[in-house]
Amino acid sequence: MGRYVLRRLLQMIPVFIGTTLLIFLMVHALGDPIAARFGDKAPDPVVAAQIRAEFNLDKPLWLQYVLYFKGIFTGDFGTAFTGEPVIDLMARSWPVTLKLGLTAFVIEAVVGIALGLVSGLRRGRLTDTVAMAFTLIVISIPVFVLGFTLQYLLGVKWAVIRPTVSYGAPLNELILPGLVLASVSLAYVTRLTRTSVAENLRADYVRTAVAKGLPRRRVVTQHLLRNSLIPVVTFLGTDLGALMGGALVTETIFNIQGVGYNLMQGVRRQESATVVGFVTVLVIVYLVANLLVDLLYAVLDPRIRYA
Amino acid sequence: MRTTAQVSWIAGAAAVALAATACSGGGGGSSGGGSVPGGVVRAYWGDPQNPLEPADTNEVQGGKVLDMIFRGLKIYNPDTGAAQNEVAQSITSSDQRTFTVRIKPGWKFSNGEPVNADSFINAWNYGALVTNKQLNASFFAYIDGYAAVHPNSGSPTARTMKGLKKVDDLTFTVTLIQKFSLFPDTLGYSAYYPLPKAFFSDPAAWLRKPIGNGPYVISSYTKGSKMELRKSSNFSGPDRAQNGGVDLIVYTDANTAYTDLQAGNLDVIDIIPAAQLANAPSDLSGRFINQPAGIIQTLSFPLYQANWSTPGALKVRQGISMAINRPQITQRIFNNSRTPATDWTSPVLGQQGGFSKTICGQACTYDPARAKTLIQQGGGLPGGQMTISYNADGDHKSWVDAVCNSINTVLGNNHACVGNPIGTFADFRSQVTDKKMTSAFRTGWQMDYPLIQDFLEPLYTTNGSSNDAHFSNPQFDKLANQANAAPNSAAAVSSWQDAEKILAVQMPAIPLWYQNAVGGYSARVSGVRLNSFSVPVYYRITVKS
Repeated sequence: MGRYVLRRLLQMIPVFIGTTLLIFLMVHALGDPIAARFGDKAPDPVVAAQIRAEFNLDKPLWLQYVLYFKGIFTGDFGTAFTGEPVIDLMARSWPVTLKLGLTAFVIEAVVGIALGLVSGLRRGRLTDTVAMAFTLIVISIPVFVLGFTLQYLLGVKWAVIRPTVSYGAPLNELILPGLVLASVSLAYVTRLTRTSVAENLRADYVRTAVAKGLPRRRVVTQHLLRNSLIPVVTFLGTDLGALMGGALVTETIFNIQGVGYNLMQGVRRQESATVVGFVTVLVIVYLVANLLVDLLYAVLDPRIRYA
Repeated sequence: MRTTAQVSWIAGAAAVALAATACSGGGGGSSGGGSVPGGVVRAYWGDPQNPLEPADTNEVQGGKVLDMIFRGLKIYNPDTGAAQNEVAQSITSSDQRTFTVRIKPGWKFSNGEPVNADSFINAWNYGALVTNKQLNASFFAYIDGYAAVHPNSGSPTARTMKGLKKVDDLTFTVTLIQKFSLFPDTLGYSAYYPLPKAFFSDPAAWLRKPIGNGPYVISSYTKGSKMELRKSSNFSGPDRAQNGGVDLIVYTDANTAYTDLQAGNLDVIDIIPAAQLANAPSDLSGRFINQPAGIIQTLSFPLYQANWSTPGALKVRQGISMAINRPQITQRIFNNSRTPATDWTSPVLGQQGGFSKTICGQACTYDPARAKTLIQQGGGLPGGQMTISYNADGDHKSWVDAVCNSINTVLGNNHACVGNPIGTFADFRSQVTDKKMTSAFRTGWQMDYPLIQDFLEPLYTTNGSSNDAHFSNPQFDKLANQANAAPNSAAAVSSWQDAEKILAVQMPAIPLWYQNAVGGYSARVSGVRLNSFSVPVYYRITVKS
């Protein structure tokens, strides 16, 4: 087990270097960011050259990357064009996105698994049909349509909630954005759980458990659900990263100044330090989430062992 | 129904940042009566792109803050746009080259420091010095000694400009490198704001919470989300704040801000998402603002390319201009938030300031038959096809397609003109400055100060700082010099208009339309209007409850 985790952690290093390099190259491919800072005016060449020097943009690309990478190890993620260190930018936007992402994650895991379990146990019946129709509708509506509709109806028309998240992103205001963010994944979790439960319902070990005379509650929670969760956990694990990085649309609609918004701003202004910094942390989130998923397999299914 | 309208949020999102490209705004004027003190205005804000230094802020969002916390020698009247003395007692010159500036006594920064000649001289020297990397350094280029502090290569040979001389505490002189009669009227721009000693002793601390001499002070600033400005207790000018303060709230998207305005969580917005322009007047039940602003949109040509600089191409350019149905596009695409252009300036200048409804004349009037003849006489479009380049992250695709459509219809060829999207504004601008354009491209100009000179000199004089078309005409340059040396502003305006007539013949850039300032406000506030820089006149807003 320990060796396995160590091996996985070591594997992260090349992935980490590779992704940061790729993102770095991609931002660079967008072109020179300095001209945009002068707006519609022609840049003053001397000032532009000085700014390029300040952000190392006058150096060859490989050296820029080396300098950037060196900075990361000393905790220096570079500076945004506003003069604010990227690390400060991350320090104020990550907690917000983490809150939003976890809210969405809890909603999608709890509601999705519960809904999937119920409809899997009652396959073909009315509850199942309604749940399946509901998930189909959610999957087919784009997130921003859902977001804007709910925001307008609940926030403006009926005025039951604040349409946007106020300063500091309090948790109660994050419920609607969390729901919108979770919506599509929630539908997938429901469908995955349902299929898995319905399939395992016919498995030998469930029949044995029933034949042993175990109470139905125990059969469902201990034997059926636990084994049915493996594909769901895989999905939830990878989705955790997607919720953080993919919150851009939701963050924009509900005015949440989180990771997605800052990343978008960075891309628009072509600040490689901002973009690479945020993406680097996102990559780490993905990698760690994936590792956790693999470790969870062993917990869920005793047959799986890591050496 | 509403959702389908809001689907275009991505365009809106991009427009938030990119509509705010060129320059910052001016300020207010004389104060009105009947204030309701104490109430705080909640206003839309976008994250500023640059540090909040006067000479380093060249976009609207940062400019908003500077205009609230600073007052310059001059101020542009929020109603007429005319430059008036604010901190200046008088600015006089006998030769249009050396100006004597007298400062009104009694002005103070919010930390108690007096505003004197040094506050201006030091600030301007700081802004011009090349090693300070200020984006607006070129605004000091007229001052004698600029070349020494801002050389084109190498290190500066001086740290101060010899054209700035202190006479006494409240008087200084400015010597320019050439005659420039309208120079005093440029001094309302934010790059010319004074700076307190506190800025020079600890720049980092000052940047975290800037200190100025304006009607507001910054009480708290959380980068990226909110700035709270409160009425200054020791403001010395006549244009005092008529509210208790302004909270500037950063929005991720124009649509989101619009929704918050409708829900009553926001009081003032100075941006309306394109998709909402049609509904805004009824949505906001009359609290909708749509008025001319100092912004003109043009279509420029790469005159540095051989095939666009021939005499034939000149006729083609004129023909293209006549092939664009401006009234139809401004109405259908922009819901009348643009006004068809009739010259190369802006209606906010007023007739007296040099705006003209006739200078472009026929050349800017839709005339399909004549347009087709001209383009054919000129040998057709160079290479048989033209493109219009634009940045895809702004709200430009719809009008570019409409302009191309208009041209294609005139020429009876569906492929004569096509749009050429370039990913980001940054990339688009660097391609334009690197002279990589091969056909027409979009250009926009937001004035720095309401002067005809600002609409023409940087854009169309040889080596003009923003001459993207690389237009060069000796006669135009001669008239420009003549205008700058004119003894009074009427003579200057008349010379500038003579120069502008050359543009109508040469057509280096086709005037498309003037951009209006649009905005809206909640029922909680009144007295909201936008100045000619399309920035809300915050200090005049009163809060009802």
